[in-house]
Amino acid sequence: MVKIPIYLDNNATTKLDPRVLEAMMPYFTEIYGNAASRNHVYGWKAEEGVDWARNTIAKYIGADEKEIVFTSGATESNNLAIKGVAEMYASKGNHIITCTTEHKAVLDTCKALERKGVQVTYMPVNKEGFINLDLLRESITDKTILVTIMHANNEIGVIQDIEAIGKICHEKGVLFHTDATQSIGKVPFDAQRMNVDLASMSGHKIYGPKGVGALYVRKKNPRVKLASQMDGGGHERGMRSGTLNVAGIVGLAKALELCITDMPVEVPRIQGMRDRLWKTLTKELDEIYINGPDPLEKPQWRLPGNLNVSFAFVEGEAMMMGIKDIAVSSGSACTSASLEPSYILKALGVGEDLAHTSIRFGIGRFNTEEEIDYTAAEVIKAVRHLREMSPLYEMAKQGIDLKSVAWAAH
Amino acid sequence: MAYSEKVLDHYSNPRNVGTMDPNDPNVGTGLVGAPECGDVMRLQLKINDEGIIEDAKFKTFGCGSAIASSSFATEIIKGRSIDEAYALKNTEIVKELNLPPVKIHCSVLAEDAIKAAISDYKKKHAALETASA
Repeated sequence: MVKIPIYLDNNATTKLDPRVLEAMMPYFTEIYGNAASRNHVYGWKAEEGVDWARNTIAKYIGADEKEIVFTSGATESNNLAIKGVAEMYASKGNHIITCTTEHKAVLDTCKALERKGVQVTYMPVNKEGFINLDLLRESITDKTILVTIMHANNEIGVIQDIEAIGKICHEKGVLFHTDATQSIGKVPFDAQRMNVDLASMSGHKIYGPKGVGALYVRKKNPRVKLASQMDGGGHERGMRSGTLNVAGIVGLAKALELCITDMPVEVPRIQGMRDRLWKTLTKELDEIYINGPDPLEKPQWRLPGNLNVSFAFVEGEAMMMGIKDIAVSSGSACTSASLEPSYILKALGVGEDLAHTSIRFGIGRFNTEEEIDYTAAEVIKAVRHLREMSPLYEMAKQGIDLKSVAWAAH
Repeated sequence: MAYSEKVLDHYSNPRNVGTMDPNDPNVGTGLVGAPECGDVMRLQLKINDEGIIEDAKFKTFGCGSAIASSSFATEIIKGRSIDEAYALKNTEIVKELNLPPVKIHCSVLAEDAIKAAISDYKKKHAALETASA
């Protein structure tokens, strides 16, 4: 018998790996010194932990240890990268390019800068979620100082060709930031090879702790300078003041190390479960649609554990109620604080009717095939139950074109 | 957000799910909401010559609260006269199902569906009477 509840929301956050906790523990109990205390053994020990973490992270993302700035998480990393560049390079230009499907931590940061007079171009995406590289090239002007495009999308799992984006940016002499929160540790990432100048990452998406993240800041070719967004003791080479969260930083590095060393085994296993779920659902149910790149045709362009499906004629929140022992997310308005359906699905051109029926499954390290089979069975049962009472399903089956009905919008 | 017991019950065991012949002169059909808004309710009432609702059927696309509101509505309007049913207020549904503020629109939609179904029935009858006159 499968153990419930089942956690399938690994794009939202992940369970802390016990091995990560074990690595962190001494930094709560024994090694509690301030890493900035230079004159006693407590400080040195703490600093050793931070140094190990910095070296480890640098090694696994194709960086130098002096290029890692620790933060409180990806939201802070995104704020620091974008606002830091906008402020520092204001004399060079005032134009930033991003895309419509970015995380709110990027979009709202850009909106805040717009209110201060910065010009922002929001690149559209195609129906799979990819930006157009030619359009990106054309959008760069002599006023452009930064391009910020996420590596992998949190809702639909699409992986942008950041290597090509970075190449364009470097040819044009523009800095390139990528929000790699969802991708680092799950798909190959190399700042050098991918021409990335700034990259945001987070601990809790990779089985590490919450409240810790990092920003990669390129040191040469070109050397990136940032205006700090937090004033204080000048930690992290002046870019981010604040006493270092030593246990969290060690946890972040340990989590990344485990992801990278386990990747050859873990990724095929997770992807296999994702594909198994998708195949079962498509076999048993009609009128279901993938959001983002097709997992079977373009696996290299989709996060291995991500599946985002619209179950036509079945509202997302009702669906979640039907599979209440399984933790997933929905793009339905009813599940969002704003009561608006997902802006990411909207950007793909998914109609609002289908956006309301979307469910995101986030499969991760601790899921089992048994859980996936249980989930598939529960989803199929819920969809059938809800379609049985869906007037839209009945109308569609009668051949009525739902688009032609004069609905009374409310 | 936790659902009330009653919402959960109506969701799992919806009352009166089904379809009536919309062309039956004794059937009034109300279709309200829009797929773009995430909820559509279809309520059908079978009304006898005394103007009493003999049967009610629904189908709903929407969240659990929308399903429960329409299921509950079919339950309580059976046996009522069309004037009584027309006077039903959404607050009755809110109270019975313990709907939170964010779900009140679901009960409003159910009230609208009842009114739309009765209006459809009346319109049909007016047309029939004109035809036979």
